[in-house]
Amino acid sequence: MTMLDTLLTALMLQAGYNAALVALGAGLLGIAAGAGGTFLFLRKRALVSDAVAHATLPGVGIAFIVMVLLGGDGRSLPGLLLGSAISAAIGLLLVEWIARRTRLAEDAAIGAVLSVFFGIGIVLLTVIQTMSRGKQAGLESFLLGSTAGMLYQDAVVIAIGGGLALLAVLLLRRPMTLVAFDPEYAAARGLEVRLVDLAMMGLVLGVTVIGLKIVGLILIVAMLIIPAVTARFWTDRTEHVVLVAGALGGVSGYLGAALSASAPGIPTGPIIVLVAFGLFFLSLLLAPKRGVLAALLRHRRFQLRVHRRQGLLALAHGEPVLDPLTIRVLRRDGMIRGDMVPTDAGRARAAKALRDERRWEIARQIHQDEAIHGRYDGLTPIENVLTRDEIADIDRRIGGPVVAGGAA
Amino acid sequence: MKDQQVIEQTVVELAAGGERPSAAEAGGVAALQLAEMTVSYGEKPAIFSVDARIPARSMAAIIGPNGAGKSTLLKAALGIVPRLSGKVTVFGEPFQQARHRIAYVPQRASVDWDFPTRVIDVVLMGLYRELGLLRLVRRRHREMALACLDRVGMADFAERQIGQLSGGQQQRVFLARALAQGADLYLLDEPFAGVDAATEKAIIAVLKSLKEAQKTVLCVHHDLATVIDYFDHVLLVNVRKIAEGPAATTFTADNLQATYGGRLASAHIDQLKLPA
Amino acid sequence: MMGSAFVQLSLTPILIGVLSAIACALPGNFLILRRQALIGDAISHVVLPGIVVAFLITGATASMAMLLGAAGAAVVAVLLIEAIKRLGRIEPGAAMGVTFTSMFAGGVLLLEQSDTSTVHLDVEHALMGNLESLIWFRARGWESLFDPVALAHLPPELPRIAVVALLMVLLMVVFWRPLKLSTFDEGFAGTVGVPTGLMGFALVVAAAVAAVAAFDAVGSIIVIAMFICPPAAARLMTNRLEIQILWSVVFATLSAVLGYVLAGYGPLWFGADHAVSAAGMIAAVSGAILALASVAAPHRTRLGAPKDAG
Repeated sequence: MTMLDTLLTALMLQAGYNAALVALGAGLLGIAAGAGGTFLFLRKRALVSDAVAHATLPGVGIAFIVMVLLGGDGRSLPGLLLGSAISAAIGLLLVEWIARRTRLAEDAAIGAVLSVFFGIGIVLLTVIQTMSRGKQAGLESFLLGSTAGMLYQDAVVIAIGGGLALLAVLLLRRPMTLVAFDPEYAAARGLEVRLVDLAMMGLVLGVTVIGLKIVGLILIVAMLIIPAVTARFWTDRTEHVVLVAGALGGVSGYLGAALSASAPGIPTGPIIVLVAFGLFFLSLLLAPKRGVLAALLRHRRFQLRVHRRQGLLALAHGEPVLDPLTIRVLRRDGMIRGDMVPTDAGRARAAKALRDERRWEIARQIHQDEAIHGRYDGLTPIENVLTRDEIADIDRRIGGPVVAGGAA
Repeated sequence: MKDQQVIEQTVVELAAGGERPSAAEAGGVAALQLAEMTVSYGEKPAIFSVDARIPARSMAAIIGPNGAGKSTLLKAALGIVPRLSGKVTVFGEPFQQARHRIAYVPQRASVDWDFPTRVIDVVLMGLYRELGLLRLVRRRHREMALACLDRVGMADFAERQIGQLSGGQQQRVFLARALAQGADLYLLDEPFAGVDAATEKAIIAVLKSLKEAQKTVLCVHHDLATVIDYFDHVLLVNVRKIAEGPAATTFTADNLQATYGGRLASAHIDQLKLPA
Repeated sequence: MMGSAFVQLSLTPILIGVLSAIACALPGNFLILRRQALIGDAISHVVLPGIVVAFLITGATASMAMLLGAAGAAVVAVLLIEAIKRLGRIEPGAAMGVTFTSMFAGGVLLLEQSDTSTVHLDVEHALMGNLESLIWFRARGWESLFDPVALAHLPPELPRIAVVALLMVLLMVVFWRPLKLSTFDEGFAGTVGVPTGLMGFALVVAAAVAAVAAFDAVGSIIVIAMFICPPAAARLMTNRLEIQILWSVVFATLSAVLGYVLAGYGPLWFGADHAVSAAGMIAAVSGAILALASVAAPHRTRLGAPKDAG
């Protein structure tokens, strides 16, 4: 009960000024990440963001060392974020260079940059440990994100950063949608595709860097990918995917940060990711058109339709039905008896199927258009393609329904 | 029609020179028989309820417009793409049992030619059934692979890196690999697509020699101009089977119009070489 | 450097590092050729949740249970990725991204929520590895290699990774032909009787086993470097798969030895008195090798046109 109370308090932004700022920042960041990640996802480059994220680590380490050498404290968040942005940008450029200039594919380039930069980062972290003996640098929190005990000014940086990222998405959404949807058309319209891609990567970089402190560099990629993938289940239209993904990302970020604030032992990053995954999982199962349940049902129905149709045509032509599933379907529908002899209903339906086929044959002679030929797939009812008077004209040519089974 | 068959068969038996095909095959068992095969990507059939019967020892072509499901038909017959329904029989046996009698030549573009391997290694892949997991590649295997390469005019290229080949040469290597399989039925997916004239000549020569050796050849084919010269049996498809039979009686203007619809202007058909 | 201290402190970590690198590089060659390099990324991220779940179920850190848990998690991840790809018609990269981040997040959460602080299991160790700690206490010098008592006290990670590395070599030799064939031309491979689906799945499971065994030594993220960097550099050295495999083993060994030595002794040369992370340095060296290969290797650029998308 107390857990619930604290959660409610946090959700209502009453768990303290910092927690409220963080939750707000996480929510804004979530919207920006969800919407920005959609463009990445539609460009089929989702995992480039993983390389970008892991490539931040050396930058964090170097920024810390530089700030200490300059006599500072080393833990200034803006400084660390700047360092991480620079090394992430270098990582990104390397991915592109390897994929373009060598025979290695982009996936190998991503994996190489991701792991090597991370390794260098780990080396730097051990260097820093020896530099600042006893005093914890706390850079490990960039791995998994931690908002516990965050400084007020850090929370402000995150809230502002989240807002800026969101603003960037709003400003860039038109060109990015165009490029994501159809790069060639976008180029023909005079858009600089490379420039837009660069802006998209810049946005991803920004989201990553801002998200480092909240979600951590290992999981920030989830905020860019999961909402976009989830949204894809609900709509086919690019503009809508962006909106839905933004909303899902915002909810995940806000809810996750609030949950984490109400239970300080829980690291923020994993919670946000799991909230996002929960939404994804529900969508995977239940989405009305692309969800698993809907797809299974539809596929089964489709398969039965194909078998029913093939079976009826076989009956109409007086051919034996061999496929066991076809036999089952016909029996279940009462089209044939146990001994495979067609019932009256079966003969009637078979005759109707045969008439459809005849209609199609005639239709294909009359209409030489591709639009009609392309629909001759055995399942499309001719009523969907031709007008009533056109069909009537065809019927006049073929005469009335033919009784199946050769007993015409 | 009956008489024709009898004559054909006598010729075949003479050509086989004592090594007579089994009674079942001689009696007209189809090399490849498809029954009510339907394949669908998503909710729209790519192939609907196609029956086909490719006679043994024929040179057959699957013909139809782009997107008509020609390659899909071949791949589904081979079990590379799943069938929604349908049965496949090869020389009268269920597909699984007759698998070793089939050689498949995929589309050239279906593999990455940057793969780190040599021409001879690709041809040796055709001996997979014989070599299995661990048997060593012996001299006779190499010689056989080289002989197959020689048949397609590529013996000098055996040690080449496959990425250095031209499109036509790639196609020849794939054909050599199929030859190495020593199959009875050869299924080729667009073997003439994007190859040079010399290669086309070389490939058709090899295919004709296969036919002479009592093998069956089935190609997915897109060039209507060469159908009559190359093939003796055609299967016209556009999602459905439109027509099938001897090229001489089936490759007609009417059937083509029915297969291609408005996509094939009648002027174009007039220019085609059609059976007399 | 070559005396008893070396045997006691450095010999076993170097051996474990080398064997880990080789065990990962072998399947890595095929992952790269199949454009599945990032499967290595996904697998290595789900090792952590697998180990945590195994610990929560068995309550012990027995290495066999951990190994099984992690391999199980890898299988779950692969199935989940396939399911998301097929059911949702989502591109593979995004499907992987969803799967491994979520499973990783679940693992971290379970770990933080359960009482695992007493055992040798924490997130940072899992991420960064702990190669330096795998020392051979009982060794008194090179002669200990012949001393059964000392040998009985080798760190258990060494025989484990040795067995796994050997297993990888064996699997690769036995299944060489179908593996190569299905990697090059999957459609054709199916028609000559290679179970291509099973082959692909087995490759991923083998990679998972290698990742789990190497995980103790180098941590879950640097394992990715071992999967990718040596084979990627090797690909740029030759146009023959057999030779590529040999190069990848050479590069893997070089990365592990050089990385360990640089991490242990490098800082001393610069006047610092503390070693740095060996696992991190191994990844850095493998990256340096790949970088060199990218600018100077004999076969850097593509020959054939890229494969058609359809």
